[in-house]
Amino acid sequence: MMSRRGMAALIIFALLAVTPPVLIFMGQGFFASVVTRMMIYAIAALSLDLILGYGALVSFGHAAFLGIGAYAVLMLNSLGVTDIAAQFGAAAVAAAVFAAITGTIALRTRGVYFIMITLAFGQMLYFFLISLSVFGGDDGASLPARSTIMGQGWLDHDLALFYLVLGILALCFLGLTRLTMSRFGRVLIGTREDALRMQAIGFRILPYQLTAYVISAMICSVAGVLLANQLEYVSPQLASWQRSGELIIMVVLGGIGSLTGAMTGALFTIGLEEGMARISEHWKLYFGLLLLAVVLFSPGGLATLAARITGKGRPE
Amino acid sequence: MSDVLLQVRGLRKSYGALAVTDDVSLDVQAGQVHAIIGPNGAGKTTLIAQLSGQLSPDAGRVVYDGNDITHLDMPGRVRRGLARSFQLTRILPQLSVLENVAIAVQARSGSSFRFWRGAASEAALNDQAMECLSEVGLAQKAHLPARLISHGEKRQLELAVALATRPRLLLLDEPLAGTGPDEAAMLVDLLARLRSRVTMMLIEHDMGAVFQLADRVSVLVYGRIVASGTPDAIRDDPAVRTAYLGEEEGTP
Amino acid sequence: MSNLLLLQVLNGAQFGILLFLVAAGLTLVFGIMDFINLAHGVLYMVGAYLMASLSMLTGSFWWGLLLTLPATMLVGLVLEVAIFRRLYDRPHLDQVLATFALVMILSEGVKIIWGAAPLNVSMPNLLSGSIPLAGPIRFPVYRLAIIAAGLATAFGLWFVIGRTRIGMLLRAGAHDRAMVSALGVDIGRLFMLVFAFGAMLAGFAGAMVSPILSVDPGMGDQILILGFVVIVIGGVGSIRGAFVASLLVGIIDTVGRIFGPIVLKMVLELDAATQAGRTVAPMLVYILMAAILCWRPNGLFGRTSA
Repeated sequence: MMSRRGMAALIIFALLAVTPPVLIFMGQGFFASVVTRMMIYAIAALSLDLILGYGALVSFGHAAFLGIGAYAVLMLNSLGVTDIAAQFGAAAVAAAVFAAITGTIALRTRGVYFIMITLAFGQMLYFFLISLSVFGGDDGASLPARSTIMGQGWLDHDLALFYLVLGILALCFLGLTRLTMSRFGRVLIGTREDALRMQAIGFRILPYQLTAYVISAMICSVAGVLLANQLEYVSPQLASWQRSGELIIMVVLGGIGSLTGAMTGALFTIGLEEGMARISEHWKLYFGLLLLAVVLFSPGGLATLAARITGKGRPE
Repeated sequence: MSDVLLQVRGLRKSYGALAVTDDVSLDVQAGQVHAIIGPNGAGKTTLIAQLSGQLSPDAGRVVYDGNDITHLDMPGRVRRGLARSFQLTRILPQLSVLENVAIAVQARSGSSFRFWRGAASEAALNDQAMECLSEVGLAQKAHLPARLISHGEKRQLELAVALATRPRLLLLDEPLAGTGPDEAAMLVDLLARLRSRVTMMLIEHDMGAVFQLADRVSVLVYGRIVASGTPDAIRDDPAVRTAYLGEEEGTP
Repeated sequence: MSNLLLLQVLNGAQFGILLFLVAAGLTLVFGIMDFINLAHGVLYMVGAYLMASLSMLTGSFWWGLLLTLPATMLVGLVLEVAIFRRLYDRPHLDQVLATFALVMILSEGVKIIWGAAPLNVSMPNLLSGSIPLAGPIRFPVYRLAIIAAGLATAFGLWFVIGRTRIGMLLRAGAHDRAMVSALGVDIGRLFMLVFAFGAMLAGFAGAMVSPILSVDPGMGDQILILGFVVIVIGGVGSIRGAFVASLLVGIIDTVGRIFGPIVLKMVLELDAATQAGRTVAPMLVYILMAAILCWRPNGLFGRTSA
């Protein structure tokens, strides 16, 4: 039998799949690109939820991997490599290396230290990207053309990009769902619940946490590759600490430790930002107030809030 | 009965000027139940922490089954069959009772770097976990979330988890802590049944349980072992009586 | 060359002193309340903006500075009473989110009140000039004044924490809150005091830096993250650690940015060296942090057992 969350995910994917034709029919085809971006951030949020929600590792440097993915596209493009598979591969390898090195150091610590160190490493990468004057330094650079698939420029069509992103989102969701229910996922959840208990039954927890950190980084770098293609513009801002904060917000608003929640949180957050930005140039003020209210008055995110309002108790 | 399974020599641990473990030496014979008693603050839990690898001692040696394990970490010791239970129950609240045990089985059977297949449907893990649960009498609660069972049942679960690591030596840190008389009696029966299979080091305040179970008793006061011997010898030792037993209620 | 190095070391020390003023409040709040406050950098920014307005309003740098201190303290108090005290017992993640929300709110609020364009604060006549350093190189008096003010603050903190009853309570509180409560001290009041004081120090740093940097809404971010680096290097809760680490980070960052490209160019003699130097220099402090963490996971002056 399918769980309620599984059903919810299926419904979300079905709705996403029919979005472009509906929007085009309504004459609002432009919004499809907004939805594409929402889905790309959903991939990034899923990856963050793996370590944040299942591993209880509050990483505040996750946007670095978004930046690594985006700059992989820009750099390979300048070398004439436009194939998206090659770009995915390069981004994932670069992200894995960066995550393995910084993760090994950061995971020696706990709590507040871990938050500060991941934040610092994220900032280190941010400054590295700014120093790349060949790629526009502070301002970044626009992408001459979108990536190609087997030499074909299919992604120049927004619809093709939309369905590629949807497909990858679905794959990530499926893969991570399996992972969280696997032996590995069980160990990861165990370390979240009680690290000492896990050691007392014979697990050395660092390799598991580091593996999760690296997997999470690789998935996020895939989102970075897609984001560069969607925006057709790459800048260090993609890797800023505010971006890392936004990724955490997405995961927490959706309900931490639930993949469906992380995905929904990302869709909701980007949607809300887009909507608010249209209403007021000072949307960040209102967004901040909303976030503060949620944290102070509804720990557990919007999912609990919604459940409380509708009186249905805590969702499973 | 002359095999020494655990040999502790000159173990020391201090926090600042305070020596919490002060030159502790003791032998645990294979197949026996060795109880450590002592007043609160005597350093019993700190001793267990050092024997299990959670804390590293400042000086001294721990030899287990002929190997020096002084510098081996906790997971390494567990894999060699040296497991512990905690005084304050440490279960994984979000997992089911069965999963709490199955994850301990998983730790010693095969790699846990498996990312796709569902762990909950692995019959080998679940069967062995179920065996451990039956052993402690918790099988009927297997599918409840662990956070919902009673305190006494959590103590049973704690034991089942330790058993699932297939220990040869079990370090039990107050297994009866916080239980009512009925639960305590049931747990003592359980430990009595286990003694034929597992060597145990038992820290316990319940003197009835200690003298019922132990083959040997060591008395720890202010980090020092002041006496060691058979339960009868300890009971009759005048020094122990004044130093410790006299203060305890319910001395048999 | 060596004169230039001396100049940069002094510049670095001045930057480090500023960092210390920000990090001191951060590390106290971390150490005593185990509370992570991302909004601390924003307090530095608010200090600079208040300074800009107040010095303009009063027409005097000194009056502006004098008024900015209680004003930022008040901002700290209001935030503590309204928001932070609800978060002390919450998980770190909640603290991160709530204070991140505050960063968004205050940064945007500042933009609404003062606009997004950078502001300038004029330097007092008394401190404008420069003094000869060595040979033809001169050092601005104002930067010397920042160093002096920072050193005085550091000394004051050392005195308060090491020699007074409040300091004794703070040190005890970092170890054991229950014990301090048992002494009959209102721990909530103590926290409030620490918070307001930390806010004032950050505001002081912002006010002091305003004549030599342009005041803009993003100025708090960089200093916040360097403040974290300082705390990680120095050890959470240690004022002495924060002081040493601040100077270390300030000097390495400043000297590295100027001399990194030069040194690399001497070694590599390639055009690429300039780029490489420019790339590595801003990363130096983070690499330093990583190296120190490998060596001492709790920082230079952190407690040895976590």
